[in-house]
Amino acid sequence: MKNEKQSSSPGVPIMDADGIRRALQRIAHEIIECDPQLAQVVLAGIPSRGVEIAQRIAEFIRRIEKIDVDTGIIDVAMHRDDVGTRAELPVVRASKLPVPLEERTVIIVDDVLYTGRTVRAAMDAINSFGRPARIQLAALIDRGHRELPIRADYVGKNLPTRANEKVWVRIGSINEPDGVWLIKE
Amino acid sequence: MSTGWSRKDLLGLRELSAEEINFILETTDAFKQVGTREIKKVPALRGKTLVNFFVEPSTRTRTSFELAALRLSADVINISATTSSLTKGETLKDTARNLEALHADILVLRHSSAGAPQFLGNRLKASVINAGDGAHEHPTQALLDLYTIREKRGKIAGLHVVIIGDILFSRVARSNIFGLVKLGARVTLVGPSTLVPREFEKLGVEVSHKIDNVLPNADVVNLLRIQHERQRKEYFPGIGEYTRFFGLTKERAKLLKPDCLIMHPGPINRGVEIDSEVADGLQSVILDQVTNGLAVRMAVLYLCGGIATT
Repeated sequence: MKNEKQSSSPGVPIMDADGIRRALQRIAHEIIECDPQLAQVVLAGIPSRGVEIAQRIAEFIRRIEKIDVDTGIIDVAMHRDDVGTRAELPVVRASKLPVPLEERTVIIVDDVLYTGRTVRAAMDAINSFGRPARIQLAALIDRGHRELPIRADYVGKNLPTRANEKVWVRIGSINEPDGVWLIKE
Repeated sequence: MSTGWSRKDLLGLRELSAEEINFILETTDAFKQVGTREIKKVPALRGKTLVNFFVEPSTRTRTSFELAALRLSADVINISATTSSLTKGETLKDTARNLEALHADILVLRHSSAGAPQFLGNRLKASVINAGDGAHEHPTQALLDLYTIREKRGKIAGLHVVIIGDILFSRVARSNIFGLVKLGARVTLVGPSTLVPREFEKLGVEVSHKIDNVLPNADVVNLLRIQHERQRKEYFPGIGEYTRFFGLTKERAKLLKPDCLIMHPGPINRGVEIDSEVADGLQSVILDQVTNGLAVRMAVLYLCGGIATT
């Protein structure tokens, strides 16, 4: 993962491993409360950290309600609106969603919600798989600065930021603990 | 080692690193998945124009590139030798510059001269994809062969791949040799000495003229078509003779390990290099190659056509 090239204490600590665990546990409770038909929920993570977060939320739901919710992967690279503007392209991963999506609630899961463009691309990608009953959005961090009319249904932490700052999330690393940091330029 | 893709052209596998080849194969996984969606089309190359410029005849490669481009939402025009001004004496460079003046973003080129794609790639802002140049390279065919082997056997390194037939005139064989050797496969070339000269050993492969000795320890056999159109003099006594010594007949196929894959880039000459029953048998992955070819070409067009070319 590209974020692991940086040092282990890159900026101002925002959340530690316990903070992340509690936030995801709360999101799991909120999903259970808001989605009466839990068996119809699909947690679709955006690679790579969103996939890890989606699996953790699913695990909390499993422990709390004894229900296995489906998880999936939704890679947005081929649906982005900035193709042709980058000198180097990152790897595209295969998307994976349970089909058919009709009657189902797909919850897009990402680590940081920022401009909203990734989420827009994710919604387009989901629609190419079918027509879900509804699409919701869960993010560990909402840092503001939206460029599209998009908001999250489930948020781990609202973090006011400046545009020149960066939010760095580490989750699911084998060697280092989970955490969220704010990096000032 | 690069973590991403930064080439605008795909000219051959000789110039690619093992990492770059693996990067394309991983990207292909993602695009193969698109083919299983309800809507088999993504907007990745929306607004881009692709020109299929085939100076040599081709049906399957051209349609594969065309369908790949359409699934990426690019606009496609097809130009063949007979419909282009090449027959009126225009040079390749002038034709290409005219295409660029029309703001073509991606040029897929098949040409009878080795090096034609490189010539244009160095001169044009557009991405140039080699769809076969003379007896030089056919990178997307080799990539789809590599992808199919990796998909069916889970790996490429350590496998023994046997390429049989008209190696001398085969750009498919050359691209396959470069790719397979880079990814750590053991490669043996088999055919009459006129079509498989010992010189190929310089590329890091083995050469054999006795097919029955090689077949029992093959993990993959890739059969090449005898290319009548490229042979200006006689390289073997006749078709019957070739089949007798090098054809994968149903008797000979019994020498293969049960999990050995049988591949063929097509079009097949049934009864010449391969028997019908073998081509349609359980070990044959010939139609998987066609399906994978589409996904590989989507990946290549996305990667080369998707980077900034300023």
